[in-house]
Amino acid sequence: MMNNAVEVRDLRVVRGGNEVLRGLDFTVRAGEVTGLLGPSGSGKTTLMRSLVGVQRITAGDVEVFGRPAGAASLRAEIGYVTQDPSVYGDLTVAENLRFFARILGVPDSRVAECIGLVDLTGQAEAVVARLSGGQRSRVSLAVALLASPQLLVLDEPTVGLDPVLRVELWESFHRFAREGAAVLVSSHVMDEADRCDRLLLMREGRLIADDTPDGLRRATGTHDIEHAFLTLVREEVPR
Amino acid sequence: MSTTTATVAVTTRVLTQVRRDHRTVAMLLVMPCVVMTLLWWMFEDLPGDGFDRLGPALLALIPFIVMFLVTSVTTLRERTSGTLERLLAMPMGKVDFLFGYAIAFGLFAAAQSALAVALCVWLLDLTIVGNVWMLLVVAVVDAILGTALGLFVSAFARTEFQAVQFMPVVVIPQILLCGLFVPREALPRVLEVISDVLPLSYGVDAMQTVAASHDTGEVWLDLAVVAAYVVAGLALGALTLRRQTP
Repeated sequence: MMNNAVEVRDLRVVRGGNEVLRGLDFTVRAGEVTGLLGPSGSGKTTLMRSLVGVQRITAGDVEVFGRPAGAASLRAEIGYVTQDPSVYGDLTVAENLRFFARILGVPDSRVAECIGLVDLTGQAEAVVARLSGGQRSRVSLAVALLASPQLLVLDEPTVGLDPVLRVELWESFHRFAREGAAVLVSSHVMDEADRCDRLLLMREGRLIADDTPDGLRRATGTHDIEHAFLTLVREEVPR
Repeated sequence: MSTTTATVAVTTRVLTQVRRDHRTVAMLLVMPCVVMTLLWWMFEDLPGDGFDRLGPALLALIPFIVMFLVTSVTTLRERTSGTLERLLAMPMGKVDFLFGYAIAFGLFAAAQSALAVALCVWLLDLTIVGNVWMLLVVAVVDAILGTALGLFVSAFARTEFQAVQFMPVVVIPQILLCGLFVPREALPRVLEVISDVLPLSYGVDAMQTVAASHDTGEVWLDLAVVAAYVVAGLALGALTLRRQTP
């Protein structure tokens, strides 16, 4: 019953002579929150960019909803939030959303809805540059939600947020998933792992695990994901 | 989403951004008037028609230089902040982006030039034989030329500091060779040929023709050359907007 929103086969990306992604195979399913975990520099962002279609891939297949990543018809169906908030600092929150709504061809009524979803209704008329870092990334998230995308790709969306807000955001990720979207969230903080339905563990351009948090703990005989990660790294055969 | 909606959305957004920056707006509108007044004052006590000779060329240069700088810095900001990548990952045509910017800065240049032209014609007694409205048309086309070239070079700069460094490369040679200092036909042959392929030469020619004669045919011809460079600049600019990066 679970549909694969994303199917990746033998994905390789070489950037500037370095093999950043070294042959990845995985799926991201609709209706689930999939966590992409790994230390910084392990290739998480490059992987996410490949799914969104803005990263030129060297080899392999990346299919989103059965179409090759980057296909023109996918552009309104994927919501992508980059690590640094990609919004205009000199516009207000509402002006930013209204602009992107017009580009996406989404009715203006979505603007207030999406501002509400990220809990910024009180700041709607504030200029983005004057907001805190956490608020700015929520503006960026709100833009990604405008077109009600069926695939949400979120690159470290909870960095620098206060714990209460972090919990709220994770709750909304699960709400999007329950409504049928596929949600892929990256993080370098292992303690966020338990909030995910499924985990992809990454290290040096390879996937070292693809399991549920419980399954991962069982398989490695550990109590938390941090230790599971260490166990997997130690077991890894050096290539 | 239709193409015009997206173009209008980009134009509106750029205008809102510029409007919010009061200091930039003041600089954009007041600076050309100050420069023109300074030029007028320099020749005030001198015999001859220095202001009439140089004034029109300066009216062509200012919108070009200002819009070149403003555009290369703003589009570079758009590239480095990730908003350009976000837009290109959305269903937006590259042409919408380029036209949106060109229209926004064209409108701004119109306001800027209207003030400068009004000041020169009514307060500083600049002699204009041709149609005063044509001065505005030429100024706007020159401004759009600056925007088109600015969009293009912003692709080759990584920082705003680098973007500003393109001014000596792209703008200053054009100022030197446009006929402002030495009439173009009096330049050494090689420089004259170079001057013939630089777009700003035609912008300045058009402005000087409006100031000195009723020959609108000649003006439109020069403007057509500038417009061709605008189209080429925007086309090259479109090539630098990549939906996928390595």
